[in-house]
Amino acid sequence: MSHTVPRLELIGITKRYPTIVANEDVSLTVLPGEIHAVLGENGAGKSTLMKIIYGAVKADAGTVLLDGHEVNIANPAQARRLGIGMVFQHFSLFETLTVAENIALVLDEPFDLPALATRVKEVSEHYGLPLDPNRMVHSLSVGERQRVEIVRCLLQKPKLLILDEPTSVLTPQAVVKLFETLRQLASEGVSILYISHKLHEIQSLCDHATILRNGKVTGKAVPREETPGSLARMMIGRELPVCEAPIYEGEHRPVLTVEGLTLEPTSPFGTALKDISLTVNAGEILGIAGISGNGQAELLLALSGEVTVEKETIRLDGKPIGHLNSGQRRNRGIVYVPEERLGRGAVPPLSLSHNALLTAHRQGMKNWGLVRYGKARDYADECVNRFDVRGADASTNARSLSGGNLQKFIVGREIMLKPEVMIVAQPTWGVDVGASAILRQALLDLSRTGVAILVVSEELEELFEIADRIAVLAQGRLSPAQPRAELNAEKVGLQMAGLFDHADDGRTAASMELNNASA
Amino acid sequence: MHLLEPRPHPSRVMRWTAPLIAVAATLLTGSFLFWTLGKPVLTSFHVFFIQPLETGYGWSELLIKACPLILIAQGLAIGFKARIYNIGAEGQLIVGALFGGGVAITTEGMDAAWIVPAMVVAGAIGGALWGAIPALLRTRFNASETLTTLMLSYVASLILAYMVNGPWRDPEGMNFPQSIMFGDSALFSILLEGSRVNTSLFITLAAVLLFWIFNAKSFMHFQIEVGGLAPAASHYAGFSAKQTVWFCLVMSGLTAGIAGVGEIAGPVGQLNLNISPGYGFAAIIVAYLGRLHALGIVLAGFLMALIYLGGEAAQVSLQMPYAITGIFQGMLLFFLLGSDVFIDNRIRRLV
Repeated sequence: MSHTVPRLELIGITKRYPTIVANEDVSLTVLPGEIHAVLGENGAGKSTLMKIIYGAVKADAGTVLLDGHEVNIANPAQARRLGIGMVFQHFSLFETLTVAENIALVLDEPFDLPALATRVKEVSEHYGLPLDPNRMVHSLSVGERQRVEIVRCLLQKPKLLILDEPTSVLTPQAVVKLFETLRQLASEGVSILYISHKLHEIQSLCDHATILRNGKVTGKAVPREETPGSLARMMIGRELPVCEAPIYEGEHRPVLTVEGLTLEPTSPFGTALKDISLTVNAGEILGIAGISGNGQAELLLALSGEVTVEKETIRLDGKPIGHLNSGQRRNRGIVYVPEERLGRGAVPPLSLSHNALLTAHRQGMKNWGLVRYGKARDYADECVNRFDVRGADASTNARSLSGGNLQKFIVGREIMLKPEVMIVAQPTWGVDVGASAILRQALLDLSRTGVAILVVSEELEELFEIADRIAVLAQGRLSPAQPRAELNAEKVGLQMAGLFDHADDGRTAASMELNNASA
Repeated sequence: MHLLEPRPHPSRVMRWTAPLIAVAATLLTGSFLFWTLGKPVLTSFHVFFIQPLETGYGWSELLIKACPLILIAQGLAIGFKARIYNIGAEGQLIVGALFGGGVAITTEGMDAAWIVPAMVVAGAIGGALWGAIPALLRTRFNASETLTTLMLSYVASLILAYMVNGPWRDPEGMNFPQSIMFGDSALFSILLEGSRVNTSLFITLAAVLLFWIFNAKSFMHFQIEVGGLAPAASHYAGFSAKQTVWFCLVMSGLTAGIAGVGEIAGPVGQLNLNISPGYGFAAIIVAYLGRLHALGIVLAGFLMALIYLGGEAAQVSLQMPYAITGIFQGMLLFFLLGSDVFIDNRIRRLV
């Protein structure tokens, strides 16, 4: 190893923000052709570190060596010239332009569009990421959009490729494809920095791992030689918390039913819902799996009442509620935790007692049109205590809470409303492992009191942990819900690709389609 | 590339300091303006800002001008919090004056204590109606209330011009476009002998109190605030956006309409083409200068009234053009909005 000059070497990187140290004395080494994982929870400093390498953030101290030479990367354009490419978690593509046009926009050199299109096609096929350069981006699936981002980097022949949580938007099958591509790139000598908090991915893909916690390196490991438990200990400092799902012994009656829900998209690039039917029973959690953008937003709007639909299509305890708006549905005991916490689930510049008032005003907080602020404060304080919202009290502004703590507050606020039905979107998106466990357990406990819960989540592991039955939403259609025990990641992945076990010979049809898809 | 980036925690102290910064910047630029016009700077300031307040009468005039500004701004501020921009309070004031004036004209010669209250009620209804039209257009056709309220204020001035040139023209008014002078029973009674300060003052006083309580305590105000700060959260909670639009536009029309009656049954004493020196527009600045807060608006109203008086004094003593009032109003708003930009954002430091 001493003979090879490392592709990338970081020595003592430190970055301080006014309130937080994002990186403290971080060092790591990546060899040519190595796939190196940067493992850590949300907020551990992974993203800051990658932005420093990519020139988007400047470090306060430390050295970056590229192929043995010290470099001072001032901006992303310079990083690209040095052969560093980065695929961000959130894409920056123009939906109204074609694939080739989108790629042309970020090239730092003059281009000829037809020639570029040919190159895009060549490169994408060479790496098993087929793309039609002339298609409009809005017509692409999320996985295909990620290919555009990757191909965009590959065109610049990077020596180092950084991927930030690349699998969060992919089906399990697409993850397999992506890993093949990454291994091929590595075999051609490209070094890859792979950011993730998913242990099994890192174990199957990466040669080495650097583990960050609170901005500091807490371990270096060869993932294949570790166990998920030992990696988790390095990542969060203790064992991975496990949720307990007690058996529900109450009555299994259907509470929320949807029948034949069809809905035009509410935004220009939205997804239409096609003939959706589902039932959520008392005492159970129904999980809706699938990648965002397949009708999740539309389904949630229709269920929460932010978009009203045909009266008879949605029923609560048998009574039609489709025509009721979100306020009226809340009056009947349906509560909702939205995906966007700041700006939808909470008003960022207002205090937690005001944010309690937002949905809990029905709990005796109004008197002749005037607000009883004392009650709102008590409610917020109780929520903060019961759900372990850290570093906050009733007077704290919602926007100064971390993502996990704000989510604990919002979920807690809705649970304290004593609902009959609870709808939750992405309950632990961007939330650290500890808070995630608290949130999942809170949902499980609530369901066992007889509440019907519907959880929409992109994280399959999460649904397998808490859901009693799982249905898959793909391209605006919902598969029939199946008990968790009868499902596995592969089956769900097939359904995500839009193939349902409708017919008797569904299994063979599905595997044929899978072969076609991977061909 | 954006030169500004949002601050994570905009300062509350600065939010309330901004009006002072704006006033200071206005004075500074004002000095420059006086200097380029060849006027002695200190004398000019004395004429503009001190002289109007050197006599008791000056103070009473300040009160007369501040009252309608404060009243209108209270109503506008509620809408502004919900990001419903009623910029046509001038038109609502005029229609309120027309409704109130109608009562005064039809009861001409009568002597009854209910006439002035009836005028106030009629004015409130008139102003509210003029606010309800943009509300209807917004909720039914999604027409921007910023445009419709402004356009309707021109319609209102034209209706006023028609009425005082036609049906309601004073037959003995030598063909001037004006109505009859109202009798005492259609005028607010004078409170202070030798001044024009009248009982309409109590309406403004009551309004300040009511709006203060409304803003601090009511659930409706909370809904309005959420609608302005985070529309998606308002939608999520199931607050009705339409109800907010109706409430804000009708309420701000109502206060403007009452202010219109305060003018015609007060200092003006009739319907004519000059019932308002742009109070409806100046009140927009007052609302923002007062940080949309009921008490802040009182202070801002007095400052704006002083600019009106100073502008008049500058015309008389310094031979400055009428436009000087508008210039000072404009500078004030400009510097205030400018300060707000830097309170909410900071210059992006380039790495």
